[in-house]
Amino acid sequence: MKGYNFAYLDEQTKRMIRRALLKAVAIPGHQVPFGSREMPLPYGWGTGGIQVTAAVLGEADVLKVIDQGADDTTNAVSIRRFFGRTAGVATTTHTTEATVIQTRHRIPEVALREDQIIVYQVPQPEPLSKLEPSRAETRRMHGLAEYGAMHVKLYEDITRFGHVAISYDYPVMVNGRYLMAPSPIPAFDNPKMHMMPALQLFGAGREQRIYAVPPWTAVRSLDFEDHPFRTTRAPHACGLCGAADSYLDEVVTDDRGGRLFVCSDTDFCEGRRAAGHLGSEAGAETGTDMAAE
Amino acid sequence: MADETLLSARGLSLSFGAIPALVGVDADLWPGEVLAVVGESGSGKTTLLNVLSGRMAPHSGVTWYRDPEGVLHDVHAMPMPALRALHRSDWGFVHQNPRDSLRMGVTAGGNVGERLMAQGMRHYGRIRAEAIDWLRQVEIDADRVDHLPRTFSGGMLQRLQIARTLVTHPRLVFMDEPTGGLDVSVQARLLDLIRGLVARLDIAVVLVTHDLAVARLLAHRIMVMQRGVVVETGLTDQVLDDPQHPYTQLLVSSVLQA
Amino acid sequence: MAYVAVKGGERAIDNAHAWLAEARRGDTAVPELTTAQIAAQLGRAVDRVMAEGSLYDPALAALALKQAQGDVIEAAFLLRAYRTTLPRFGYAAPLDTAAMLVRRRVSAIYKDMPGGQILGPTYDYTHRLLDFALEAGFSPPSAPEMPADGAEIPPVNAILAQEGLVEGDATTDAEPGDLTRTPLAFPAGRDVRLQTLARGDEGFLLALGYSTQRGWGGSHPFVGEIRVGEAAVAITPPELGFEIDIGDVAVTECQMVNQFKGSKTAPPQFTRGYGLVFGHAERKAMAMALVDRAMRAEELGEEVTAPAQNIEFVLYHADNIEATGFVEHLKLPHYVDFQSELETVRRMRAEAVAVKEAAE
Repeated sequence: MKGYNFAYLDEQTKRMIRRALLKAVAIPGHQVPFGSREMPLPYGWGTGGIQVTAAVLGEADVLKVIDQGADDTTNAVSIRRFFGRTAGVATTTHTTEATVIQTRHRIPEVALREDQIIVYQVPQPEPLSKLEPSRAETRRMHGLAEYGAMHVKLYEDITRFGHVAISYDYPVMVNGRYLMAPSPIPAFDNPKMHMMPALQLFGAGREQRIYAVPPWTAVRSLDFEDHPFRTTRAPHACGLCGAADSYLDEVVTDDRGGRLFVCSDTDFCEGRRAAGHLGSEAGAETGTDMAAE
Repeated sequence: MADETLLSARGLSLSFGAIPALVGVDADLWPGEVLAVVGESGSGKTTLLNVLSGRMAPHSGVTWYRDPEGVLHDVHAMPMPALRALHRSDWGFVHQNPRDSLRMGVTAGGNVGERLMAQGMRHYGRIRAEAIDWLRQVEIDADRVDHLPRTFSGGMLQRLQIARTLVTHPRLVFMDEPTGGLDVSVQARLLDLIRGLVARLDIAVVLVTHDLAVARLLAHRIMVMQRGVVVETGLTDQVLDDPQHPYTQLLVSSVLQA
Repeated sequence: MAYVAVKGGERAIDNAHAWLAEARRGDTAVPELTTAQIAAQLGRAVDRVMAEGSLYDPALAALALKQAQGDVIEAAFLLRAYRTTLPRFGYAAPLDTAAMLVRRRVSAIYKDMPGGQILGPTYDYTHRLLDFALEAGFSPPSAPEMPADGAEIPPVNAILAQEGLVEGDATTDAEPGDLTRTPLAFPAGRDVRLQTLARGDEGFLLALGYSTQRGWGGSHPFVGEIRVGEAAVAITPPELGFEIDIGDVAVTECQMVNQFKGSKTAPPQFTRGYGLVFGHAERKAMAMALVDRAMRAEELGEEVTAPAQNIEFVLYHADNIEATGFVEHLKLPHYVDFQSELETVRRMRAEAVAVKEAAE
């Protein structure tokens, strides 16, 4: 775009972000403070992810942006347009074609490869924030690996509810050392982070933190020996493609309690339908009605 | 009594501005021994507790601690991680106000279990069983294990804090007016409990109190402080029955009059 | 040194006001702004002034903004001051927001639902790039239109309520309190709390709502629904004895759905926070809903630890007219108090020196 550098940020800023990224990769799961910039999108809408993507994006890259697993959600469209406009890179909705995937709240169903980077948008990088609001104190806790309080939280959940009642942003231990917030992905996605071949980068713009999980790194969800971590999903098959192992969105179809369950990963669902898999509701259209789009 | 001290301090001095809080204080504590530090408010006794436990650094002087392997550590030169680890394992701290130590939004079981989890225990069933066992030891009904501390009385809160502190079997516990702010009848029961636990578990205690009756009931030895100076020290009964220093005499006589 | 000569300073004040009027007008070579322009083109500022000024009148709010040189709190103050002079004819019936004419309606908890997602005139997906076309003067092409079907858009909460997953509306026959008539007292009911928040300072509520998201009293919020549009105001004049519509007000409503409360014995259920603000003010309505929910901590059996959960703290500091008054009153003379402080400090210093000299 005229008057702006490639991918919006100036090169000095990109270098600053890349230095933070290198440090983050060197210390898996550790939150590296960085000089987050004002972006022309509001805080909380992916400014951290956008800055990380801008810093790693090259002219030959192919970018995919998803929000809630879907390429067609408004925020994903907005961010994809932003990079289409400011970087002019090729964009795609196909997970397998992308070299850089920016995501909010999901990891694609298709396993990622070594030649791909996934960039997570992170609203709250501090996994201990709900137990200890003071960042001075949580930094000390990370430094000393004092994570007993996090286990107290899990203990309390089991005591009160019979199981750990965290359904998204489920805390993980990275490389056996740092407690990390996986961003608000469903716990269903947590196992995908473990020993992932792709590089995982995390950007939190408002909180000014970057962190990373290098390829092939151990990522363990916290649990107890007698209450092991387990994932949950809606007990249905996708109404459109019939997938029984994907993460599902719930769509309200009428005001009499009607529901349709469909894959949240739209690319995955379309791929399956193109390959001839059909669900019980195939033919039902779920296009959202966005009057002012 | 063992030959080697668990904790030894020499020449501890500290002042707040122009006000001396500690003036050349020496102290020794042997394993399993209860040492009471008594004096009026402003005498420096709480400051001494904070310095001995490494929560505060003195301007001069040294404090040595002997770990279970017999290795000596300079408390004020210990790296922060080691000191914090010590406070989670071999040491304990009982605050006057249990709310300063307990997590009020966490169940009794979670409160007692925290130190176990901090030490790496990862079996919910075993943590819970330990917590219930400790609640019994401090005379709290096992069926309170899932209750929040804010439903507990003042005396129960203090007993819960003690369970939370002792669950890792520390050898040394610092106590700051543990019965302060409680009704007299509640105090008596708590003192009995502390005396029993300390004797049975062979725990060494540095006990700060302004109450000579508490010191007489719990302590083997006593240190009397006035304006940062230790004016008299000795076996508890000896000091209280036959005080030598005028200030100690004044303290003892004012209790008798009251 | 005009300020020192405060006695007989009337002329100084008059002169200051004259200067203010001149400064307000600015360069006379530039055409003067009309209040119609402000009302039409600075709508969000007008809305905020109406909300915090606690008076629904776009024309007056525009005037206040012009008079205050765009200082929103000053303008709200002007409206508040004007409002107190108006007679009160009666109380309206509760607004029926389910029946309002919706120009924007979004939910973050369902991808689609009856009535659909209606983005409406939103900044949400604009790129915040300065648009220099506006500087030059720009008439936008008319936006695409779609015929309205006129059907009511059912509240999203009703979907959750069908399964009993969300707490119901609090119903009571008691008359709601009136903050403008009765001074704040504690314990303050939710009616009075919501009134305070509805006219509270947007910045203050935003910061408090934000603090709950960062761990200072978190409540796991989801935006169940935000709707913006026109709601009918109805009153029942005593001489008629039945309800009549007297006009519409533009409002923004936010239904925040908060993650389950509950335990082994009580079934989990979503709780709610509510926000309703004059005009198009989503930020304020959302912040209000977060703070409303936070202030219900005690009622819902949660630990009260954070500022946003402290009802007294929130209610006593939410009103920017009160706040700006008290903060800015520090500009008023405090010579007497300060003088006594000076004396005390001097005496203490002298004593300290004397003690030190005696010791040496």
